[in-house]
Amino acid sequence: MDDLRQKYLDAIAGAADEASLEDLRVQAVGKKGEISLKMRELGRMTPEERQVAGPALNALKDEINSALAARKAALGDAALEERLRSEWLDVTLPGRPRRAGTIHPVSQVMEEVTAIFADMGFAVAEGPQIESDWYNFDALNIPPEHPARQEHDTFFMHRAEGDDRPPHVLRTHTSPVQIRALQKQGAPIRVIAPGRVYRMDMDQTHTPMFHQVEGLAIGRDISMANLKWVLEEFCRAYFEVDEVELRFRASHFPFTEPSAEVDIRCSWEGGSLKLGEGDDWMEILGSGMVHPKVLAAAGVDPDQWQGFAFGLGIDRIAMLKYGIPDLRAFFDSDLRWLRHYGFSALDVPTLHGGLSR
Amino acid sequence: MKFTLSWLKQHLDTQASLDDILYALTDLGLEVEGVENPAEKLRAFTLAKVKSAEQHPDADRLRVCVVETDEGDKQIVCGAPNARAGITVVLAKPGDYVPGIDVTLSIGKIRGVESHGMMASERELELSDEHDGIIELPSGEVGQSFADWLAENDPAKVDPVIEIAITPNRPDALGVHGIARDLAARGLGTLIPPVATPVPGTFKCPIHVTIDRETQHKACPVFYGRVIRGVKNGPSPQWLQTLLKAVGLRPISALVDVTNFFTYDMNRPLHVFDADKVKGALRVHAAEGGESFAALDDKTYTLAPGMTVISDSRGVESLGGVMGGAATGCTEDTVNVFLEAAYFDPIRTAMTGRALKINSDARYRFERGIDPEWTPAGMEQATRMIMDLCGGEASEVVVAGHMPDVSRAYRLDTDRVQSLVGMEIDADEQRSTLTALGFRLEGDMAHVPSWRPDVLGEADLVEEVARVASLTRLQGRPLPRTHVGVPKGILTPMQKREQIARRSIAALGYNECVTYSFIDQGAAALFGGGDDATMLQNPISSEMSHMRPALLPGLLQAAARNQARGFMDLALFEVGPAFHGAEPEEQHLLASGLLVGHSGPRDVHGARRPVDVFDAKADLEAVLSAIGAPAKAQILRGAPDFWHPGRSGQICLGPKKVLAAFGELHPRVLAALDVKGPAVGFTLFLEQPPFPKNKAAARPALAVSDLQAVERDFAFVVDAGVEALTLVNAAAGADKALIEEVRVFDEFIGGALGEGKKSLAITVRLQPTDATLKEKDIEAVAARIVEKVGKATGGVLRG
Repeated sequence: MDDLRQKYLDAIAGAADEASLEDLRVQAVGKKGEISLKMRELGRMTPEERQVAGPALNALKDEINSALAARKAALGDAALEERLRSEWLDVTLPGRPRRAGTIHPVSQVMEEVTAIFADMGFAVAEGPQIESDWYNFDALNIPPEHPARQEHDTFFMHRAEGDDRPPHVLRTHTSPVQIRALQKQGAPIRVIAPGRVYRMDMDQTHTPMFHQVEGLAIGRDISMANLKWVLEEFCRAYFEVDEVELRFRASHFPFTEPSAEVDIRCSWEGGSLKLGEGDDWMEILGSGMVHPKVLAAAGVDPDQWQGFAFGLGIDRIAMLKYGIPDLRAFFDSDLRWLRHYGFSALDVPTLHGGLSR
Repeated sequence: MKFTLSWLKQHLDTQASLDDILYALTDLGLEVEGVENPAEKLRAFTLAKVKSAEQHPDADRLRVCVVETDEGDKQIVCGAPNARAGITVVLAKPGDYVPGIDVTLSIGKIRGVESHGMMASERELELSDEHDGIIELPSGEVGQSFADWLAENDPAKVDPVIEIAITPNRPDALGVHGIARDLAARGLGTLIPPVATPVPGTFKCPIHVTIDRETQHKACPVFYGRVIRGVKNGPSPQWLQTLLKAVGLRPISALVDVTNFFTYDMNRPLHVFDADKVKGALRVHAAEGGESFAALDDKTYTLAPGMTVISDSRGVESLGGVMGGAATGCTEDTVNVFLEAAYFDPIRTAMTGRALKINSDARYRFERGIDPEWTPAGMEQATRMIMDLCGGEASEVVVAGHMPDVSRAYRLDTDRVQSLVGMEIDADEQRSTLTALGFRLEGDMAHVPSWRPDVLGEADLVEEVARVASLTRLQGRPLPRTHVGVPKGILTPMQKREQIARRSIAALGYNECVTYSFIDQGAAALFGGGDDATMLQNPISSEMSHMRPALLPGLLQAAARNQARGFMDLALFEVGPAFHGAEPEEQHLLASGLLVGHSGPRDVHGARRPVDVFDAKADLEAVLSAIGAPAKAQILRGAPDFWHPGRSGQICLGPKKVLAAFGELHPRVLAALDVKGPAVGFTLFLEQPPFPKNKAAARPALAVSDLQAVERDFAFVVDAGVEALTLVNAAAGADKALIEEVRVFDEFIGGALGEGKKSLAITVRLQPTDATLKEKDIEAVAARIVEKVGKATGGVLRG
């Protein structure tokens, strides 16, 4: 029996493919295989002989079956190895090209600003970009001959002959949205109004179209001190720094009283901007307490209500935060610029996730 | 507004340092825009004394001097002819920067002799052009700072020039006196009141003045004048010339310089006529229109009706409050001068100045509002200065019209100030601030001084108090939330939709652009705009003349610019407003995408292909789906003609409700905008798709069947003009309950099918709900599909 065992184990070990392995299986443990035949002989044996030969034959059969299975697995592995060797690809080749889109910094920053102010209870108000001169000027306490009106470098729309109304204007600021929002909603109110504004100015640092965000909060006892806090909180959140220091400086806007220009403490050391430190002050926005005449123009009783308004340049704070040097490039749509300064579609600014990555 | 520190100190008695003054100015709302302090560049230089000066052994013109300095005796080689023992000089030491020669000194050797510094000339220190010798000072101690010596002995040479920005509400600060008043109110010194002792007239004014009644009513209520005879005009004295030059004015002659001085000193513009050139009496009146006027700027203007003018019997001689006339101007030869001090109305002055495009100091001040009540005092002060500088004899003053009454008072509510500003400002402090600014307090009522035309209500009092108290002191105070707890969402459904659309398009691989809202007429016209209604009256350039009717022209122009830079494959988009008219409500919100060139760069996988209409369509459908537009919409033809007529469509809910359009851009549009095609795109009218009626967050229950779904394919031969959607809809209608989906998976045109025919292959997915489908059920549905499709399209099953 040992000869038999050795013969098959050697043969199985030497089998080159699955077909010869199958032949060996049939020869050894198939229905008419050598070992199967020997097992049939067990019936003719004496019980004593059977007691010896039976377990031995069963063990032999198991061993052969295991050897067959093991060899089969080994052959399979070898065949797979062989196939994989032939399936080599140069994985340094580029993948299939996929376009990557981007969000413009203006859109991104508008969403950042919205996220911050939403947390402080400000909704988003909107207004038209072609405005009547009443909304853009008169209602904001800028009467027709006020010198401030001349300083706005206003774009006027064409008036057809026979139409004697004063020409409409391209809004020179987002402030007319204050009037529209108050007319629509009344007081109390907290809104911001981001959007495009237009001034006739084009040089190194000006474009005839740019973006502002207006802020308006009207309540029973909202004060300039509240305004300062809101702006401090905004700057801290937007610029993602722990501390900021703002300086209010008396100024004049026809639609606020008192009015203040707001400067932020910064340093330009080494050519890069750092906020909250250093000895420089940078002007970032204009603000003030809404003028009683403005409230009255919007149908809100200035004896009952008071509050603040501010206006902030979106392009400008985008440039400051993201180190974008040139305003004019914002509107040029140079693909290289869009890719470099743009944001991923999934970079949605949130307060819980942080505004920027 | 420019002024010098010494000029300020004529109005303000102060010990405050320049830095303190600058800080206070900005903080008060008179923002400092620049300071030129000549003393800065002289800081390093000290006084020294020449002890001895010997001939240089090797050079005829040089002397070797021993100079006593604060660091002991030094040897200095000097070439100046006046270098001699005993004189006090200005010393520059090794290491000092000498501005006039742009050199930082070091120890030098001149013809073999060491020199430890230099004795400076005025030119070398940029004090003047004087370079005949080194500076010799009449006084001073060794070691004393030269800048300090100048400040003490020749302050004009180190007088800092301060430039501040004046907001339109502060005409009073257009005079040095008004600036001093603000600083005094802040506590930086004491305001020195102007002295205006009347100069008695010794003869009757030979020039008579009248103001027309309607002109007197508003445009020019009051006019003061007088003749000063026997003056000697000529260059004004050095101090006045220096002062005027420092603030950027050109000295002209003493008479004119006096008027300019008061313009800046007291915000009191004046005018001088050569009295001998005035013909007859002066009349202030409104121009009739069409008059020709030769002004002092050597230009001739044609006047419009209503402009305020001053005429004599010859005609218009002066444009009131704006500019005097050439014919009656003063010259070096003027002997008799007529001095005018009048009040002109701001609005009328502004309109005249703007219409004629004249920007003069007088206009600038009158249109912001000068102090009417100081008119007579201004006349007296100027008379005195003219007589001081030019001699002469003054006539009596002629007065036409009446002083306008600008008196008014507002209630000072000291609590209101605290509530608005949110700063503790003592009531007494509030009152004393207003008093210091010239307000007169009667109980709670604050009477406004005549030089503050901007103060028109209680709120203006608050501003005055706050800015003098200093907003820098303001401490932030939290603005409480309106509701306690987690803030609610604040975006409107439309605002949310805009954001989702923007980010969806970016996620599809498009780069967002922000292009100008105004484009050129040609581009606007290609897209249905460009008419006069949407035209700007005063465009900044012809490239930006019309409000855009669509976003695609801007994107196509952007594509052309990028192609010119060598980027041929582009995916650009914009979300923003377009304008279908010029009324405020004629603005609508669009999202447009543009694909140009190929799907991507050349690649090893052969994936690159030209973009086509189905790329644009797929992207558009993805965005529509993202914003929750209804899934079932029609696709109709008849998109506007900037699209390719055969390769474009509109996604509609009914023929009038267009949600979006997509297609290939018309080749003529591409040619006109210089874009190399292919170019396809889409425009989504963001406000059009209806919002879902059901606002609940919960979804309907998911209905899934455990029963096996079955898919069957059909190929129909139809006329080439049959649209796939007609066929798909017909098939889907065969059994609405059972058919879950119909999808086109193949289109084959021509070939064995013959001319004008095509084959469309669809796969139909059947989803049973109550029992497994048997073959005969399937066959029954299939037969109905074939019948429906045949009826709707004339199509037959392909054999």
